[in-house]
Amino acid sequence: MTNYDAIVVGAGHNGLTNAAYLARAGLKVLVLERMPWIGGAAVSREIEKGWMYSNCSYVCSLLRPELFRDLELARHGLQVVPYGGGVTITRTGDVLGNYTDEDVQRREFARHNPRDGDAYHRYSTDVIRQCKFIRPLLLRTPPDPTSFKPRDIRELIYLGREFTKFGEQFIYDTLRFYTMSIADFLGEYFESDLIKAHLSGSGIIGSAMGVYSPGTAYVLLHHYMGDVDGSIGAWGFARGGMGAVSNAIASAYKSFGGEIVTDAPVERVIVRNGRVAGVATANGNEYRAKIVVSNLDPKRTFTKLFDEGDLNPEFVKRARNFKIRGSSGKLNIALDGLPEFPALGRDNPLRFGDIHFLDSLEKMERAYDDWKNGTWSKEPYLDLLIPSMTDPTMTPPGKHFMSVFVQYVPPKIHGRDWTDQDRDGFKNTVLDQIGRYSPNFKSLIRHVEVRTPRELEDEVGLTEGNIFQGELTMDQLLFNRPFPGYAQYRGPVKGFYMCGSGTHPGGGVMAAPGANAAREILLDLKRPSLVPEGWQDD
Amino acid sequence: MTDRNRIIIVGAGHNGLVCAAYLARARREVLVLEASDRVGGAAITREFAPGFRVSACAHICYQLDAGISRELKLGAHGLKTAHANLRTVALATEGDHLVLHGGRLEAGLLPDKDRAALADYHDRMLRFARVLGKQHNRRPPRIGGGGRSELIAAAMLGLDIRRLGRDPMREFMRIAGINIFDVLEETFETPLLKGALALDAVLGTNLGPRSNNSVLTMLHRLSGQATGVTGGLSLPAGGMGAVSEALAAAARAGGATVRTGSPVASITLEGDRVSGVELESGEKLAAGTVISNADPARTLLQLVGARHLETGFVHRIRNFRSKGMAAKLHLALDGLPGFARLAAQRAGDRLVIAPDPVYIDRAFDHAKYGQCSPDPALEITIPSIHDRTLAPAGRHVLSAIVQYAPFDPRASTDAARAEFLERTLGLLERYAPGLRRQVVASELLLPADIEREFRITGGHWHHGELALDQILMLRPVPGAAQYAMPVDGLYLCGAGCHPGGGVMGAAGRNAAHAVLGGERAA
Repeated sequence: MTNYDAIVVGAGHNGLTNAAYLARAGLKVLVLERMPWIGGAAVSREIEKGWMYSNCSYVCSLLRPELFRDLELARHGLQVVPYGGGVTITRTGDVLGNYTDEDVQRREFARHNPRDGDAYHRYSTDVIRQCKFIRPLLLRTPPDPTSFKPRDIRELIYLGREFTKFGEQFIYDTLRFYTMSIADFLGEYFESDLIKAHLSGSGIIGSAMGVYSPGTAYVLLHHYMGDVDGSIGAWGFARGGMGAVSNAIASAYKSFGGEIVTDAPVERVIVRNGRVAGVATANGNEYRAKIVVSNLDPKRTFTKLFDEGDLNPEFVKRARNFKIRGSSGKLNIALDGLPEFPALGRDNPLRFGDIHFLDSLEKMERAYDDWKNGTWSKEPYLDLLIPSMTDPTMTPPGKHFMSVFVQYVPPKIHGRDWTDQDRDGFKNTVLDQIGRYSPNFKSLIRHVEVRTPRELEDEVGLTEGNIFQGELTMDQLLFNRPFPGYAQYRGPVKGFYMCGSGTHPGGGVMAAPGANAAREILLDLKRPSLVPEGWQDD
Repeated sequence: MTDRNRIIIVGAGHNGLVCAAYLARARREVLVLEASDRVGGAAITREFAPGFRVSACAHICYQLDAGISRELKLGAHGLKTAHANLRTVALATEGDHLVLHGGRLEAGLLPDKDRAALADYHDRMLRFARVLGKQHNRRPPRIGGGGRSELIAAAMLGLDIRRLGRDPMREFMRIAGINIFDVLEETFETPLLKGALALDAVLGTNLGPRSNNSVLTMLHRLSGQATGVTGGLSLPAGGMGAVSEALAAAARAGGATVRTGSPVASITLEGDRVSGVELESGEKLAAGTVISNADPARTLLQLVGARHLETGFVHRIRNFRSKGMAAKLHLALDGLPGFARLAAQRAGDRLVIAPDPVYIDRAFDHAKYGQCSPDPALEITIPSIHDRTLAPAGRHVLSAIVQYAPFDPRASTDAARAEFLERTLGLLERYAPGLRRQVVASELLLPADIEREFRITGGHWHHGELALDQILMLRPVPGAAQYAMPVDGLYLCGAGCHPGGGVMGAAGRNAAHAVLGGERAA
């Protein structure tokens, strides 16, 4: 039995970030990971020999640049390669492309609807302004609006000032933006149903809401507020797959003297006299520490790691009611060649980005109806990428890796657990949809890995397979995330902290929750915090 | 100008009349112009079949501001209650119905757990609704753009929320933006109970139980009761028209003139300010102030005209979401319908057909795609049980809100109306066997009909969705939420303004105060 200053449960990217900052402050830190590998949902795994799969998260944009620089992740081997392109292909073979040049994009929209071309500038200006507002808040600890502590009041005033600095109209736009549906929001700018469908995908990814559900406009923002090399809204591939992110953070952590033990599933947090004393693993080991940090989602943390008697029953109820509904699935496909999309023609650079098959908002909403009715979408929303076109290290030469994110996939089928037949049915639904737009696709398939919420829960440990560790709805954002009164990373037991995506500012491989939690822990220990706060270079 | 001091109010809906009455009390010269031959707008009683009268749009009074009733002495002006304190009966296809009265179960079976949770839920929601209710009589603050008084007003709103206390405040902030489905799932087990409570959150809105914001619409409904409307859910004697008649009497008693049969064709401008109105008859009436009780889109885009307004403002008004979702069913019956296993004296209460939240959600799914729900949810009253003036002796009228019927050309054809009526009657027949044979006459108003008959763009009772992005300082649109429009001398006073519709009268009174306050400042 060994004593540590702090133990982090789970070696996801947030757990590792948290551990890195604690170790850097001089603490003796141990990270315990259930699986034989680290990374949680930011992993690269060689599932098919020669093919490296980013088999959960698959693209990178939200990772906070402050943390990237501060932890020197480039030196630890992380390289994020921006990708261009992205296209929506319709049933009739029409296309709508993404272009980085604003004027080209405007003309592309105008080609579909002249007025929408004019609206594009207005739209992108408004969205970027919202990004500028939210970005400084990501690396800050949310204030508790019910508290009278000087720090909370100071932080509330800061928030208020940030909120009002863009002027009155911006405040109103923001209030609306955070509460509207993505369909209504886009409807205020655009007329073309295809353009609206094309843009609305970001409003539903990872959430159990449809494009008509109020609250989805914010989810869009959540996908836009990142950047690659300072280009807001851009996305990139981590070279070598998303595992490169976790590996680089782990390398930084180890350089500060940190320790990681894999194959060590934590079974229980030991509580003595109302405060944490350490953890016990399933293989019978006990590790002692006065600080325990959970990288697991809030529901799993409080319903599985604790003896119910150690917690207040009201709190347990809150944890049980935490909204963490699985809504996404994924197919990872090894291909023997590059699939052709006749609608795009050969060598179309749009293929380097996200490919979608959409026609209308209504079709997207119907996909959500299937989820509500307890089955996977029969015409799902796919976010399809071929990372190996940009990052050839993923596959053998001439071969390709395709990552297909699928919305919507329910955690249960008509209330019962997934069966293998269900999984195959789901797989065929997705492959058939791709096949309709790419005639040679099916003949190139070498191996398919299917990830339904069942696999995401069993393997990655995400309750119900929710990729954000909890829905990004108003009741679970900012000072409400994960629970009102517990948004400052402290758990209900002294010495216990949370650092996963279930805390502010939420999921998406940002590493911000991990860093923010470290700041709070160091504050409680009265140690100087080196965690970057806020946005420095605007 | 000779008539600079005159104030013209366009539309004699209940808010227009409240506004007129308050301005008249302040000894202003007020002229109310109403297009139809009767006052009341959507709060009227009319004959839909020979001898059968019904509240044609709104049919239960649950929000009329107690202060307004008192200050305008509506009792003295003839307003009486036919029945106060209606219970809500959640109808079951089999087994016991649930009779609910506030947080109490008066009849029917619920597990102890649900029974306790119901009392707790009701108390909790009433407390939150009270916070909303407190805002009803205030002009919504401008944030970030106004001076000191705006800051104070914004701080007051914050203070009201903080005064809830720490834990309730956290709970309020958690549920304000979420959906009723999740809240009910967290709280109750019994589907029938959840269904009845879910219906409160979606009646008249473009929301399904699973849509976020639906808790807010429920709180808005409750806010009337929370601020002390005597009697809770009540039926005015003579139908909702009686409320309007009493308001008109109060306005007239104060010296206001109310002219019916005088549709306004346009609001005229002179330079940047209003100069009066022009009637459809061609008659021109001058006024220094024009207050419109019409909905925002009709007022600004039709009566004023987009060409007189700034483009950005027109854009925002166009995007004000105002599509109705509820239909209204009126049945003339040759006897009292017999609801299975329901005591006759209970049939006069508020009957609800919403077996569970999923049922309502399915009904909503059709409406999303422009179809009327094949299996709709209903709120039913049979006011003639309490008020014999509404139907010939021994006969009855049934009035029901039928949800969902989208404001969509596909759902507004005669064929769609006939099918929707057929489905709704079929549904009623399941709960009240034999009802179909009792039907002497029927009328089904779809949102498109409501738009036509009541001159409400989109046929939405609240003139526009009551959603988080369209309430308080965002209603109807940001920057014009304080009743004064961006044309000098022009005001809005209808449900399209804060705090919205529901036969409350608060918008009318607040608008009157804004007009009087604006004059003082000038």
